[in-house]
Amino acid sequence: MAEVLVYVDHVDGAVRKPTLELLTLARRLGDPVAVHLGPGADEAAKVLGEYGAVKVLAADAPEFADYLVVPKVDALQAAHEAVSPVAVLVPSSAEGKEIAARLAVRTGSGIITDAVDLVAGDDGPVATQSVFAAGYTTKSRITRGTPVITVKPNSAAPEAAPAAGAVEQLAVPFGEQATGTKVTSRTARESTGRPELTEAAIVVSGGRGVGGAESFHVIESLADSLGAAVGASRAAVDAGWYPHSSQVGQTGKSVSPQLYIAAGISGAIQHRAGMQTSKTIVAVNKDAEAPIFELVDYGVVGDLFQVVPQLTKEVRARKG
Amino acid sequence: MSLRIVVCVKYVPDATGDRRFSEDLTTDRESVDGLLSELDEYAVEQGLQIAGEADDAEVTVLTIGPEDAGDALRKALSMGADKAVHVEDDDLHGTDALGTSLVLAKAVEKTGYDLVICGMASTDGTMGVLPAMLAERLGVPQVTLLSEVAVADGKVTGRRDGDVATEQLEASLPAVVSVTDQSGEARYPSFKGIMAAKKKPVASLDLDDLDIEADEVGLEGAWTKVDEATERPARTAGTVVKDEGEGGKQLAAFLAEQKFV
Repeated sequence: MAEVLVYVDHVDGAVRKPTLELLTLARRLGDPVAVHLGPGADEAAKVLGEYGAVKVLAADAPEFADYLVVPKVDALQAAHEAVSPVAVLVPSSAEGKEIAARLAVRTGSGIITDAVDLVAGDDGPVATQSVFAAGYTTKSRITRGTPVITVKPNSAAPEAAPAAGAVEQLAVPFGEQATGTKVTSRTARESTGRPELTEAAIVVSGGRGVGGAESFHVIESLADSLGAAVGASRAAVDAGWYPHSSQVGQTGKSVSPQLYIAAGISGAIQHRAGMQTSKTIVAVNKDAEAPIFELVDYGVVGDLFQVVPQLTKEVRARKG
Repeated sequence: MSLRIVVCVKYVPDATGDRRFSEDLTTDRESVDGLLSELDEYAVEQGLQIAGEADDAEVTVLTIGPEDAGDALRKALSMGADKAVHVEDDDLHGTDALGTSLVLAKAVEKTGYDLVICGMASTDGTMGVLPAMLAERLGVPQVTLLSEVAVADGKVTGRRDGDVATEQLEASLPAVVSVTDQSGEARYPSFKGIMAAKKKPVASLDLDDLDIEADEVGLEGAWTKVDEATERPARTAGTVVKDEGEGGKQLAAFLAEQKFV
């Protein structure tokens, strides 16, 4: 059967959820072959195999951490040459999209980014995308080369499908460009203990209505009661109330959780672009005219400092 | 020697407008007013700041697009860029990201450069792949998604806020940089700047000038094909209640009914 390369996003061997979603989607197109770069391949292979990887091509070298993006492109290209896949799937992270972009140029292949669904078609994989701030849905395919497709988190529910997942070493010849951009230092982001924003099933976001950094604990408490990630609108981030890494919107993260709760967010296009594909949308805002209410499944017009703590208390009570 | 900075910019339909597709499933650039992509304003700003720090520098803004795209160049020139290059050719209609990166690479090489600066993504296509593709094609370092950037002693350095870590990057010039919306507010053009921009040179290039064949670009030359574009159905109107003291409890009941609690 045809093989599909899946680029593995992991932290020291701990495979991140979007990769399991990719494996699930890859099985619609062929046999998934995972490409694992950096440490922890043996650990990762157990999970990758459980979710359908027939093989894990592994390479570890200091270049992957010491230089930006290009060494990983060299490795994916080596895997591409070793396997001759029918498609290459990469998680739609900032780095994932850059890796995919360069691979597409090198292999003379078309590229589709930010797919939210993927099916096999008569002329190769058909990717669904959500475009123009989710105003449109498109279906596209690649007409030249090996389709390179980046897939957004939460595009599929990971399904276990045990396969061999045997680790094979991948030899990676690094090109001249590999060492072009040096990573002179790296500071891991401090863990909040909450789910990662783009991967979370529930996201609670605060905006201008929160009024200040010192009030964001109201949003965090609700998030914690629901096991949710915390997001923020651009207004809240620009005001310095919450870190940019939590920004939901066109210039921040794009999220598509099962449940999105917007508190004190008016719902400008900039924000809607990043959350409009959420399955269920709930909003609390004191302005009944706020555009966010056009999107909601359930909305409460009121003071978030009254409504949100009451909601948090009620959620905790119901959860016992 | 002068530091040659080329800032790549895109003319996009206003994101606050009602953006749609044309009949050939390319972006409709007629029904919504266009403007310089907001995310490219940050690139122009950083280009101007880096030029300001250098002993001698020249900032060229480069765009690909129809005649109207000249507006984006004019805006960048009024912000303070020195000159502009407009790649315009009927055969470019419908060009995809790969084709665009080919044209940009050729145009950048023809212009001459030490540093190419791009925005993090366009506000219409939002792919965010162009800077990486451009670096790949030019064969120079990619120093991308920077929230802080500086150039000194033939090197570019910057801070990249990644998904799981913050990284400090360093590369030798020439290089391709992209900057995020966290890199610093873009300046507004002054009246003087707007007047001065009218006299600044805008060079026009077509595919022949760049030795690119028509079939390498355009809708026919694209390596991706959009088969369908469907307007998203409006979300069915939900329930909106006014908080009379029980709003939080009502919301909790809704979440319970939907099995989130």
